[in-house]
Amino acid sequence: MTSIGKKQKSLKSDTFEGVDFYQLDELFTEEQKLIRESIRSFVKKEISPYIESWAQESYFPSSIVKIMGDQGIFGPQIPKNYGGGGLDYTAYGLMMQELERGDSGMRSTASVQGSLVMYPIYAFGSEEQKSSLLPRLASGEILGCFGLTEPNHGSNPSGMTTNFKDMGDHYLLNGAKMWISNAPQADLAVVWAKNEEGRIHGLLVERGMEGFSTPETHNKWSLRASCTGELVFDEVKVPKKNLLPGKSGLGAPLMCLDSARFGISWGAVGAAMDCYETAKNYALERIQFGKSIASFQLTQKKLSEMLTEITKSQLLNWRLGKLMEEGKATTAQISMAKRNNVAMALQVAREARQILGGMGITGEYSIMRHMMNLESVVTYEGTHDIHLLILGQEITGISAFS
Amino acid sequence: MKILVCITHVPDTTSRIQFTDNNTKFDKTGVQFVIGPYDDYALARAVELRDQTGGKLTVLNVGEAETDPTLRKALAIGADEAIRINAYPKDSYFVAQQIARVAQEGAYDLILMGRESSDYNGGMVHGMVGEMMGLPSISPVMRLDIEGNTAKLSREIEGGKEELEVSLPLVAGCQEPIAEWKIPNMRGIMSARSKPLTVKEADAYDVHASIVSYALPPAKGAVKLFDKDQMEELVKLLKNEANVL
Ligand SMILES: Cc1cc2nc3c(=O)[nH]c(=O)nc-3n(C[C@H](O)[C@H](O)[C@H](O)COP(=O)(O)OP(=O)(O)OC[C@H]3O[C@@H](n4cnc5c(N)ncnc54)[C@H](O)[C@@H]3O)c2cc1C
Repeated sequence: MTSIGKKQKSLKSDTFEGVDFYQLDELFTEEQKLIRESIRSFVKKEISPYIESWAQESYFPSSIVKIMGDQGIFGPQIPKNYGGGGLDYTAYGLMMQELERGDSGMRSTASVQGSLVMYPIYAFGSEEQKSSLLPRLASGEILGCFGLTEPNHGSNPSGMTTNFKDMGDHYLLNGAKMWISNAPQADLAVVWAKNEEGRIHGLLVERGMEGFSTPETHNKWSLRASCTGELVFDEVKVPKKNLLPGKSGLGAPLMCLDSARFGISWGAVGAAMDCYETAKNYALERIQFGKSIASFQLTQKKLSEMLTEITKSQLLNWRLGKLMEEGKATTAQISMAKRNNVAMALQVAREARQILGGMGITGEYSIMRHMMNLESVVTYEGTHDIHLLILGQEITGISAFS
Repeated sequence: MKILVCITHVPDTTSRIQFTDNNTKFDKTGVQFVIGPYDDYALARAVELRDQTGGKLTVLNVGEAETDPTLRKALAIGADEAIRINAYPKDSYFVAQQIARVAQEGAYDLILMGRESSDYNGGMVHGMVGEMMGLPSISPVMRLDIEGNTAKLSREIEGGKEELEVSLPLVAGCQEPIAEWKIPNMRGIMSARSKPLTVKEADAYDVHASIVSYALPPAKGAVKLFDKDQMEELVKLLKNEANVL
């Protein structure tokens, strides 16, 4: 009886090995590679065996929050003294790549907690806010969400109408946010709202505050293992100490988005790798007309193009990671990577699904789940077209937004 | 309690195995190296025992500088310090000799390793180390608890299981379900940065064994299906072709 065989059996459904056609591994440090391997093992153990049923049943496994916290997935780039990982951006990117290789919804949960909740508290919060909240968010004891988008203001967040009034000893918050990841389960919301002068500020709204509710958005065909909802504020009294004092204006939430979009650029590559590897393995085994479908030129064309596009995106990510670490990455550079890589992943998913024929539409394989997930990823954190406009403005100096 | 865990640095179980130099060298190109799966179980249990009883957990590898990342991973999983004996692990006897020397110097209460490495699968080192040190060595150990100065273990034997109580110190070759493999978390990886990894030179040694050549196992043949009325044909092939009867 060999014991290794037994252990492999439970991993049988997930034999992912990663894609590295241009020997990028030589550009990563041993520590970065260890981090990637650890998250890959984590995904194989905690996510892959269950994700298909979670997605099929549209179920957000709230217990995964603590498990992710223990693994150190939340806020890896936040300094250690606040409970974060103190890791570099490349390591953060590799973590997001591996998580999204498992599922975009799981990666979304981590992106929101790390880049959209912990990051603004770390960057714009008071010392008290940081020391009381960051360690609890890092460990997964509490879950956070990020409220920017509104029913009537998606691509145009500066038009938001959610607002607060200074009532002397507290603020009075009114308005609503929509499409908010984690909202139905969140203990804490970082909410962007305008003050009486129309200036955008961040407020920390806690579950249980009177007038604050988080109705869930049902019937999504995408990110089904991540929960999405609204944030409704009906005369919510928010203590004054809950205002993020460090920065105001639209630039504050946009800074958070830079960090999250960077993670998405890597995550999308993970999803694409999973689709590519699944399609490659399937093509080698599936026999039609007496040979494996991998022997047909049209299948080889699809696989070759997928590998080429994945490799280009990996190079973009690697360089962007370096620029982030040197503090030189611009919003437009991040836009280029987010837009390119998510579109690439969608294209790879569609081609991969075709290689699997009818099998590609079932939950037996991950491809269709990735494809549906990526329809959200291509829309949130700046739509595909909005990123074009950001680049267009960078090139021409002219804003084409309005 | 002082625990020493000896780990191997082996090709991942999914690696494609190829040879070069007229089948005398293993081709490492594109091969990912990992902690030996059985050693990984020993390490996981050692981390638990260290956490329960306090004390110190040392990992050891006999290998050249390329194995440092594997030791670093063991530190990330929870070992307190690492020792690398700077030498190519020529054969089991050589490795056992190096381990026995370090183990003697360190006066460990528990010396754990996998029941065998997953590259050469010799399964001899724990027995040799026990013999060289004059300590009991037990393998394959599937359960290990410590009570005071006594280890309570169970191991697999032909057709059954044996429950043992052995006084410390001892050497054990481990296998699952002694513990579940541990995945290093980010805190572990960060703290591994500053844990000591000491490199020691190997003792002089005469080579007892050397590799003449490697060969891959024969490729798996296709499956043959038989109807239920072809029993005789099946028996004949099992006897003459598969040589299993
Ligand atoms: C699953 C999911 C989770 C989300 N999670 C969060 C979250 O946690 N927090 C949060 O704040 N938001 C979240 N969002 C919201 C997301 O960021 C928005 O959906 C996104 O910004 C687009 O806004 P919209 O849906 O209102 O689309 P709209 O802005 O109405 O856009 C519709 C279309 O019009 C195009 N368009 C808009 N303006 C222009 C223009 N000037 N020029 C050219 N084309 C234009 C867009 O590109 C798009 O194709 C989430 C969304 C989804 C689907």
